[in-house]
Amino acid sequence: MKRTVFANRWLPYLLVLPQVVVTVVFFFWPAAKSLYLSVFKSPPFGGRDIFVGLDNFTALLQSPEYYDSIVNSFVFAGGVTALSVLGGLAVAALANQKIRGLAVYRTALLWPYGIAPAVAGIIFLFIFHPAYGVLPYFLSFVTAYEFNWLLEGWIAMTLVVAATAWTHLGYNIAFFLAGLQGIPDSLLEAADVDGAGPVRRFVSIVIPLLSPVTFYLVVVNMVSGFFGSFGVIHAVTHGGPGHATEIMVYKLWKDGFLGLNLGSSAAQSVILMALVIGLTMLQFRFVEKKVTY
Amino acid sequence: MSPEAARAVAPGATVALPRPTVAVGEATGRPRRPRWGRLVVHLLLVASVAVIGFPLYYAFVISTQSLDQVIQRPPRLLPSTHALENYVEAWRRSHMGRLLLNSMIVAVAVAAGKIAISMLSAFAIVYFRFRGRQFVFWMIFITLMLPIPVRILPTYEVIGTLGWLDSYAGLTVPLMASATATFLFRQFYLTVPNELCEAAQLDGCGPLRFLASFLLPLSWANIAALFVVLFIYGWNEYLWPLLITNTDEMRTVVIGLERLIPRSGTELPTWNLIMAGAMMALLPPVAVIIFMQRWFVRGLIESEK
Repeated sequence: MKRTVFANRWLPYLLVLPQVVVTVVFFFWPAAKSLYLSVFKSPPFGGRDIFVGLDNFTALLQSPEYYDSIVNSFVFAGGVTALSVLGGLAVAALANQKIRGLAVYRTALLWPYGIAPAVAGIIFLFIFHPAYGVLPYFLSFVTAYEFNWLLEGWIAMTLVVAATAWTHLGYNIAFFLAGLQGIPDSLLEAADVDGAGPVRRFVSIVIPLLSPVTFYLVVVNMVSGFFGSFGVIHAVTHGGPGHATEIMVYKLWKDGFLGLNLGSSAAQSVILMALVIGLTMLQFRFVEKKVTY
Repeated sequence: MSPEAARAVAPGATVALPRPTVAVGEATGRPRRPRWGRLVVHLLLVASVAVIGFPLYYAFVISTQSLDQVIQRPPRLLPSTHALENYVEAWRRSHMGRLLLNSMIVAVAVAAGKIAISMLSAFAIVYFRFRGRQFVFWMIFITLMLPIPVRILPTYEVIGTLGWLDSYAGLTVPLMASATATFLFRQFYLTVPNELCEAAQLDGCGPLRFLASFLLPLSWANIAALFVVLFIYGWNEYLWPLLITNTDEMRTVVIGLERLIPRSGTELPTWNLIMAGAMMALLPPVAVIIFMQRWFVRGLIESEK
């Protein structure tokens, strides 16, 4: 269909100008500068940049700390995704039943999305507090293990994962609910007539039909875990204890703004850029194939 | 999770949601369960709500206790009577009024700016044929692949050069480009019947009049839905305001809260005040979700398409 358009020589350029200006000044130019900086060593207090080729990258790839931050990022993002996607699916399946008071439940389930992960982290920080927190207190009846996130890396990781997953839940529930609403009743009724119980119906019909939504949510939660989770780390653990919760974005910020190691920080930016582009490709490949059916 | 970050990698990805569902969970013709089955579902739902709600309840409870009650063992899980003094003290100590004002300005400006900029560029892309149209479209698309961390140092430098450190302009303008909002409006304009534009042109209506008197009134539902989602994104943004604000006067509440936690170890953290601060920081976005839930759900799901 041919669309009716307006004829005007300069107006369209004027209309896209604000978006283009913001895009060029705050996205393209800085991204290009990141690429440039990544092959230079810049003295933090002025002076000329020295071209060092791929030295910044090789230094990173030889640094155990950088490997740790990669592993931490995957553990963090993977943990958040597993917890919030599976939890979201379970809760959405419950909330999709034909029962009274659904609107109330829905409201009561979605609101954590509004809480910033950093604020959630501060709340969980106190729940996990080794001396006063409610969680170590109750665990002390079950086990003699000292549940102290300030000393044990895996507990600190559990803390930030739990807090972040909590804020992601509402998002996932909203999407699963929308997906569940789209499954035709006739399909489930037919399975019912054929003698499939509720569990069988859920596993054989609902889960396959939800796989595009699930895949989408896995990618979105992973990406958010990788790129959007600076706040919770900064507000709660500062990457510690040791480097136990130092994820890539946090290390990038620390090296650049606290360590003033601009070249290394830029190289880390470039590695992250490659990661985003890769994930985008992945997303498009799979979305095209529709995952299942 | 910020919608922008979340979408960094899922640009315009068509999530196969079989039909556009606005009223999620409205009655469907699902087979009715037996009475005991429904009771089990209710119990499980109440349990889920309780688990999800517990951290907030706990934060609230702590925010109403005196410091002695906060550190008593076994932990006291019921509210106490010190709410007022705690909230007043937390407000005073963290300059909460200023923090909330800053967050409000930032969230509203980012949401409104993103919507305005995106409406205009989507309008240009759909209703004009101009040289470089494809190019502009791809430029906007590529921003999805450039979240803040991949351009963090140079963007900071740009803000410094512009003299925008510690300013509302610095806090808001760089966040205003939005590929997802642009795609949403583009998608919506494409569904507006051609005849509307033809008729308007026959009546001698120019492009800007057409945008203001025809498209804008048709877009309110989209605008409201986007606004809710973008407001929450702006309110909860952490990395950006942390980078470009140095003074307490310009901090947003999400950043300012962290400063209530002493890091030295010599002073006892006043957890009741920290929780009171957290309650005040999370209340506005949560209230927006609860009171504008219809728009919120629509905004989340529509903007993914």
